[in-house]
Amino acid sequence: MTFYVLALFILLFACFLCLCRIGMGPTAPDRTVAIDTLGTLVVGFTCIYALTQGLDFYMNIAIAWALLSFIGTIALAKYLEGRGFDD
Amino acid sequence: MIEHIAIALVAIGLAFDLLGAIGLIRLPDIYNRLQAATKCVTLGTTSILIGVAVHAFAQDLNALGIKALICAAFILLTSPVAAHAIARGAHISGVRLWEGSVVDKYQEEQNK
Repeated sequence: MTFYVLALFILLFACFLCLCRIGMGPTAPDRTVAIDTLGTLVVGFTCIYALTQGLDFYMNIAIAWALLSFIGTIALAKYLEGRGFDD
Repeated sequence: MIEHIAIALVAIGLAFDLLGAIGLIRLPDIYNRLQAATKCVTLGTTSILIGVAVHAFAQDLNALGIKALICAAFILLTSPVAAHAIARGAHISGVRLWEGSVVDKYQEEQNK
């Protein structure tokens, strides 16, 4: 289990790098990429945390987070193209 | 033995995730960052989820393992779609390529 705690800290460091890019990013698509990457990393983090605790309902959080992250990224990409949400 | 396989899968996934995040910081423009971040992090997180599923099945946590496999399939399906949409949106909204880039097939296709 010690390995999994180390893995959680490594994933936190990767999330911190994504937050740096969200802060620095010169254009809007940079921030969108960083938000998408951060969502995927948080899914992995939640999954490892569920394994260390031995509780399966944390995986519901991971699945919901993956769904909402995908929908949010698609909405931001539509906004970047400058089109409405209905075409 | 099965725990060692799970730990190896999680370690491979962690290496890919960390390298993807470093690429997100280090690479010069949006398109390079997109390919580093999205491909590495998709493969890394899928590997982590499969490793967690293997470990959960070994410990008789069947619900956790099945949910991890569902989550892995979902990420594997949706993350490339999201990356494609972001790249197309960035190109249409007028973000320039890095000056070291040599080819822009999408622009050539638009100019035809």
